[in-house]
Amino acid sequence: MADLSINFAGIKAPNPFWLASAPPTNSGYQIMKAFDAGWGGAVWKTMGVPIINVSSRYGGLNYRDTRMSGFNNIELISDRTLADNLKEIEEVKKYFPNHAVIASLMVESRKEWEQIIRDVENAGADGIELNFGCPHGMCERGMGSAVGQEPEVLETIVGWVMAAAKVPVITKLTPNISNIEDPGLAAVKGGTDAISLINTIKSIMGIDLDTFAPYPTVDGKGTNGGYCGPAVKPIAMNMVRQLAQHPDISGTPISAIGGIETWRDVVEYILLGATSVQVCTAAMHYGFGIVREMDRGLRRFMDERGFQTIYDFAGKALPNIVEWKELNMSYKVVASINPAKCIGCQLCYIACEDGAHQAISVSADPANRIPSIIEENCVGCNLCSLVCPVEACITMEKQPMKVAPVTWEQLTEAGNIPTTFNDPRAGGNGHHVPEPGSALKKGGR
Amino acid sequence: MVKSLNSDLMAEYKRPQSEEEFQQNFKQKKPLMNQTEAFVESSRCLFCYDAPCVKACPTHIDIPLFIKQIHTGNTTGAAETIYDSNWMGNACGKVCPTQVLCEGACVHNHAHVKPIEIGRLQNYATRQVIDQEKKLFQKGAPNGKKVAIIGAGPAGISCACELSVLGYEVTIFEAHERPSGLTVYGTAPYKITNEEALSEIEYLQQQLDFQVKYNSAITTREQLQNIESQYDAVFIGVGIGPTASLNVKGEDVKGVTGAVEFIRELRFKKHGMQVPNRVVVLGGGNTAMDAASESARMGAEQVYLAYRRSKEEMGGYSFEYDLALSAGVQGIFNASPREILEQDGYVAGVEFVKTVSQNGRLTEVPDSEFVIECDLVIKATGQAKMAGFLELIPGLTLDASRRIVVNAQTYQTGNPRYFAGGDAVNGGAEVVNGAYEGKMAAQGIHQFFTSHLSPLTSHHG
Repeated sequence: MADLSINFAGIKAPNPFWLASAPPTNSGYQIMKAFDAGWGGAVWKTMGVPIINVSSRYGGLNYRDTRMSGFNNIELISDRTLADNLKEIEEVKKYFPNHAVIASLMVESRKEWEQIIRDVENAGADGIELNFGCPHGMCERGMGSAVGQEPEVLETIVGWVMAAAKVPVITKLTPNISNIEDPGLAAVKGGTDAISLINTIKSIMGIDLDTFAPYPTVDGKGTNGGYCGPAVKPIAMNMVRQLAQHPDISGTPISAIGGIETWRDVVEYILLGATSVQVCTAAMHYGFGIVREMDRGLRRFMDERGFQTIYDFAGKALPNIVEWKELNMSYKVVASINPAKCIGCQLCYIACEDGAHQAISVSADPANRIPSIIEENCVGCNLCSLVCPVEACITMEKQPMKVAPVTWEQLTEAGNIPTTFNDPRAGGNGHHVPEPGSALKKGGR
Repeated sequence: MVKSLNSDLMAEYKRPQSEEEFQQNFKQKKPLMNQTEAFVESSRCLFCYDAPCVKACPTHIDIPLFIKQIHTGNTTGAAETIYDSNWMGNACGKVCPTQVLCEGACVHNHAHVKPIEIGRLQNYATRQVIDQEKKLFQKGAPNGKKVAIIGAGPAGISCACELSVLGYEVTIFEAHERPSGLTVYGTAPYKITNEEALSEIEYLQQQLDFQVKYNSAITTREQLQNIESQYDAVFIGVGIGPTASLNVKGEDVKGVTGAVEFIRELRFKKHGMQVPNRVVVLGGGNTAMDAASESARMGAEQVYLAYRRSKEEMGGYSFEYDLALSAGVQGIFNASPREILEQDGYVAGVEFVKTVSQNGRLTEVPDSEFVIECDLVIKATGQAKMAGFLELIPGLTLDASRRIVVNAQTYQTGNPRYFAGGDAVNGGAEVVNGAYEGKMAAQGIHQFFTSHLSPLTSHHG
């Protein structure tokens, strides 16, 4: 039986499913309800000097009939008084002594940091998370991502916090930066116990075509908000693995945030080195009950593979993520269409024809809708298999390697790469490309 | 056996006493989608390349495009796409046998996924522009030419719309007091309401401004001569005629009617029509299914659909037969009507003889006569052709089945000033076929006046 409990930089929790600092953790009521539903920890909605919010705060990105594949907000930190929040932290800890309650904090001066750290520790918080990520509103006031984007400032403030805090400290990073390693290193240099990422991404969710105002619209105007939800997961995963692979950061526990909704998302982040995950959008969309699917899925995954704890597989994907120049250039896959499964939509054909390498043909017989792969033209790009609407219909078949494995790095060392504009060693040389003129009168359907 | 079943039967449907009850019994098979339904359904379309649904549509509507347009909130654009190919866009969305056309061709079927409800999406888009009176079309600049159209059915209306856009002055001569032809007069009420069918034509007419002269049957050579002298070309969209004779004894007694006549009466009298308790429908085509279904929905307790051949040989679609069965109709096969029995001048039953169909040949089984008692006999055994009328037009060629022979591209008849389309040419098909042929004939007329090609006379079909 899998044991989901974790010890995250000294913060203990019955499982790695934590609620991120956000609207679902605005009150003791919500957090108690969440713990009751199965969440192992919660990062309290960021406390500081209370703010005043605007009305109309969230925006959703729908894809076809899927709601909120992306989500953004222009809400600020807690608008409740610190006293109310502290009282409720205390109450939650009374009911749930073994669950993780982490206080997210955002203040300006060293004095304020020291004061608020003392207050939340006295209330019983198991840890502190530093909000250096909020990309709207707070950053205009010199906090949030304004700190996260300045590694030196970040390092200084982490230093202040570490000097004052008795409980473990998690530094939360903003993705609105060109290289996530810079703030990651600064946090580590400042002495942080752990890192969480990503905070939200600066975004405009959409424009109202009647009023020409962005969503969410506040009296005819809008502002950039923070983007999150399933759509940001690939970006967040890359940032998590960058830190997890960095020799000076990899020893620091990472709590992963970004588009987590299912057990699969959880497992992927753990494979990238995270040892706790934080969820917001999924809970805002489906309620706290969504955790039961994550819980059962993670348990089944671990039981089927014989993993006792999440540490048994944490980071297992990291050795497989290398630089492009280290990939084997002799490896080749070719698409294969299973005619028994093909439904004849011909999306693979037109995708390859217009969007890739003209390596699929359709029959001249209108009764035969099953396309064929032109193997010699197929570069193994996967596009056809990605657009195919049928499960496991188009597969990418591994071909026997014609030459020994070789990487770009090795080719470069051997002096065997194209070096001039018309170098005959160009990868596409000899690859079939139709004559431009033959494109005409083929129609757009 | 069968004749003992006459009493103590509970009908599937209660007799409708009001418009509401009638609408309940004849609930629309393809009801109007709400916005959420349309949004979710349109999201499922794969936007196939060279889409099979488009190929399966007789009018080749760009279906993936209009579905995508619905999905992106461009419903007006979706309607425009539909009308671009088919002037009867709304009627076709409701009455087309989509199961065997666009929806039957949907690739989802191959993965055992429910096909996209194309007909209902088409209805959703077109109904919206009709109800909101969105202006989508414009009459072309007058080119000085006048065209007369005989018949305001799907073919005639489509031809009128297309000609109007091309700048022709169009007058339709319609025998009845309303337009739409069999869209209203010959279609089961659960497929389309009178109001729906008529409102689409009104919507088109308001924008394209063609004239329709109602109650204007053309029956004499003089009338035709008059038309020929006033118009540059004539389009024949007269459809086919009343129910053909069965040639059995007793056919003329009271209580024997034709399916087309029965459906027409039902469409306008609705719950005011009296359908007796025991009905026998003769025939195996879609019209027979409709008439049987309708009788059951009008509260008849016992409805038999009797076909002289086997179930497998029925011309009607199997889903139409299933629909009739679900309404409480009972099918009887290999039963050929011998005589319609009469009592006191009124129908009392039908005497049948059993048959055997072998290799398409039908033989009667000796001494196998049996009787089904009934109060109404509906003959759905095909419609007569309008041959009498067609003989008034010089130069017209008819084929062996009395269909008008036209050029397959231009729909021009043997008489170069006459064009034709719809049931009169195809022998009796769907609304969508009439709509397509009317439109094509309009283009044929335009080609006739704009180029100087000599008429061709290859057979259509």
